[in-house]
Amino acid sequence: MHYSSVRQMSDALLAKDVSSAELADAHLARISAVDPRVGAYLAITPELAHEQAAAAQAQIDAGSGAALTGVPMQIKDNMATRGVTTTCASLMLENFVPPYDATVTRALADAGAVLLGKGNMDEYAMGSSNETSAYKPVHNPWDLERVPGGSSGGPAAAVAAGLAPYALGSDTGGSIRQPASFCGVVGLKPTYGLVSRYGLIAFASSLDQVGPLSRTVEDAALVMNAIAGYDPLDSTSIPADRVDYTQGLTEGVRGLRVGVVSEYFGEGIDPRIAETTRTAIAELESLGAVVTDLSLPNSLAALAVYYVLAPSECSANLARYDGVKFGYSTPDAPNMMTALESTREVGFGTEVKRRIMMGTYALSAGYYDAYYKKAQQVRTLIRREFDTAFANVDVLVTPTTPTTAFKLGEIQDPVVMHANDVCTVPANIAGIPGISVPCGFVGGLPVGLQLLGPHLSERTLLRAAHAYEQATDWHTTHPAI
Amino acid sequence: MTNPAPKTDRLTENEVRRVATLCRIGLTDEEVERLRDEMPGLIAEVSVLQAIDTSNVEATGHAVEEVHTVMRDDTPRPAMTVEETLSNAPRRQDDYFRVPQVMDDGLG
Repeated sequence: MHYSSVRQMSDALLAKDVSSAELADAHLARISAVDPRVGAYLAITPELAHEQAAAAQAQIDAGSGAALTGVPMQIKDNMATRGVTTTCASLMLENFVPPYDATVTRALADAGAVLLGKGNMDEYAMGSSNETSAYKPVHNPWDLERVPGGSSGGPAAAVAAGLAPYALGSDTGGSIRQPASFCGVVGLKPTYGLVSRYGLIAFASSLDQVGPLSRTVEDAALVMNAIAGYDPLDSTSIPADRVDYTQGLTEGVRGLRVGVVSEYFGEGIDPRIAETTRTAIAELESLGAVVTDLSLPNSLAALAVYYVLAPSECSANLARYDGVKFGYSTPDAPNMMTALESTREVGFGTEVKRRIMMGTYALSAGYYDAYYKKAQQVRTLIRREFDTAFANVDVLVTPTTPTTAFKLGEIQDPVVMHANDVCTVPANIAGIPGISVPCGFVGGLPVGLQLLGPHLSERTLLRAAHAYEQATDWHTTHPAI
Repeated sequence: MTNPAPKTDRLTENEVRRVATLCRIGLTDEEVERLRDEMPGLIAEVSVLQAIDTSNVEATGHAVEEVHTVMRDDTPRPAMTVEETLSNAPRRQDDYFRVPQVMDDGLG
């Protein structure tokens, strides 16, 4: 049962073949047995799970159950869960118990979802390997010596190892898609502003977006139905009408115009990944897609744009951790300045400090125009380049990552680590949606195919990814753990 | 303001400490030494932007054009209680957050 899809679990619940409590208990038992080796959870919430399962079962018994009712899940630990510790994998928030729910937490609860626990992650979502978690690393279920990717390493590993059928992650530069690729699951980063960020602990506000990780494309669509939509509590929320993301899912890719971005098949990309991706593109073509090659030269600057904007915005967002209102606070400091410096010295880890330092440097007097403003201008060029491309094609395809999952401790140089995000970052810079879907293995490790589309093209991306998934059997292969 | 030349040499201790003071982060001597080595590489990583012609290009703040500054209606609505608001306070006194001494705070 633990590798069933959300749809299959939901069907079994509605048919009364299984109860919501049984599903929750089966997952909690598997978490107890397997997660000590994986590390995908920072907290497990059995009491809340039982409470939510009982409420969900009552709905099902009353005949008002829907697709997510009674189905368990995990939420990344940077989303507020009322009454449940939310640490952002940082010592700074070790004891932080939010007095409110994130809008997405509430949306899932309203849909009858059952929270199993909170997902491990890179500290403040800053990292590509989950190694910056202040508490413990996550191990890739396909090879426990390797990283799961990051920053949503816990959600990706949990879904891959059958420790949750789906999870909510967040994606600032690839933090849903890159770990989904490394762990062999589906990950969707929606259009910027489509899913509310109220209650998502802020990292880089012009880039952050919440989205689902799941084992099938249909499941990602089902989760989107619950979490997407306008939220007056998020001032960047798009005032778009709610849509059914499963609509048109099975209509296939005949006639779909697919652009292959040449920049992501050459230097810096493992040739075996390029080849695996090209095989997947040939599959799309055999399903009726019309494939053309194109070039997006400016998108290669997206990584540099990102490493100006994200640290700059994080340096501003993380200024709130002052040891006064919540979070870690140094005891007995003689004055405010000492208290601030000491609180932030102890509360933040190395990667977070490095990014705050870099952002502060880029925004400091004399450098603002050279770095932040320049990066925002190049961002405009990248957006325009995508706009031009989408005048001629419906979706773009690239590998999701330049390599497969690397070993824990293997990459120490931050600049080398950043190169992991080269394929995923452009979507965040342009605010467009992207999905990673499993497309094969290299050396026994999963590879992801990334599909990108224009703003609010999620249904097209889901349709294309679903067509590919159904024509292949990668999603039915699971790690031996 | 003209664009300064990207800094690729090792930073001085004073340069690192000046930035740390701006963002109120205490650093150990080891952390200062490491950042003196690492920051130039990170600055070089983003300096490729300087080679891109952006004359007459507007800056992008929000990536989705339909969204502009949002105002909510100025009407009262339920908010968190005082107890909820103070529930995570490291130090409180009555219904207030308690803070260390602010005047003569060492800033000079």
